Amino acid sequence: MSETAGQQHPIGIYLKIWALLFVLSTFSYLVDFFHVQGYMRWTLILIFMFLKAGFIIAIFMHVAWERLALKYVLFVPLCAVAVLITLMAIEGDYTFLTRETFFDP
Amino acid sequence: MTIQTDKSSSYAEPGIDGMVSDWSADKQNFDLPWGKLMMWIFLLSDTFIFSVFLTGYMNVRLSQTDNWPNASEVFALEIGGVHLPLILIAIMTFVLITSSGTMAMAVNCAYNRDRRKTVLLMALTALLGASFVSMQVFEWSKLISEGVRPWGNPFGAAQFGSAFFMITGFHGLHVTAGVIYLIVIARRVSRGYYEDKGYAIVEITGLYWHFVDLVWVFIFAFFYLW
Repeated sequence: MSETAGQQHPIGIYLKIWALLFVLSTFSYLVDFFHVQGYMRWTLILIFMFLKAGFIIAIFMHVAWERLALKYVLFVPLCAVAVLITLMAIEGDYTFLTRETFFDP
Repeated sequence: MTIQTDKSSSYAEPGIDGMVSDWSADKQNFDLPWGKLMMWIFLLSDTFIFSVFLTGYMNVRLSQTDNWPNASEVFALEIGGVHLPLILIAIMTFVLITSSGTMAMAVNCAYNRDRRKTVLLMALTALLGASFVSMQVFEWSKLISEGVRPWGNPFGAAQFGSAFFMITGFHGLHVTAGVIYLIVIARRVSRGYYEDKGYAIVEITGLYWHFVDLVWVFIFAFFYLW
């Protein structure tokens, strides 16, 4: 194992991201606290979620500084997950409509 | 493109060319400590497990015709006579983020070969992780005492219980395993086990820990807030 491949970054950047994650988590909690509903709620939840996930992956897990080869290993397979989510959303909707049609809700 | 014979030259080629040479190298595919690459591969497979759980949850929630229980109220607590929605989950989120911050600093200290600080920060991370699990135990026992079961609950759609126990249970299991992993590695660091081998292991442990935090971000958004 070579020590040269280790990821060394100043502690300051970790503290900044830490504070940022705190703020973003507070925001996503406030979405619930102030009873934001409907599309506004879902949009805000998703924005805060992706920002938090992005910062954790990029800075805490050092992916921002990794080789492109590793990034591809990590992110290309996730296309399969996107396909699964799409298919299951369609399927879930279909099951719901079928249940509404054939069973008394 | 030249064939690489010298490993140290690998970082000289960034971008697409670097990727091609990484993938086509016949001796070593990636210029990473092998343990770190294996941890990434493991985390990728774990990503699929949690993705499938959350997708399954999405599917049952979309297709149920009952009312989905309002998580905001189910997980509300009375603290000092004040009714706070979802407060325990918010505290758990902050605890886990804090533990991720201390872990990131532990990695930095380890590469600077500051063993005392590394062990201290890793122990703090493990402690925060353990308190997260304790809060989850509290949450589980509260819900079980209120009659939430994998096959039904008094608040609405029966699927709520199974999704809740499955997803948070599997995540809690990961946190518990992470706490044990942290303690084992911290103990070895304190004994100077890695003085010759190098401290990539602390970064690898950190990757696992940040992943646990990352999964919680998605569970928090989709299960508790949605």
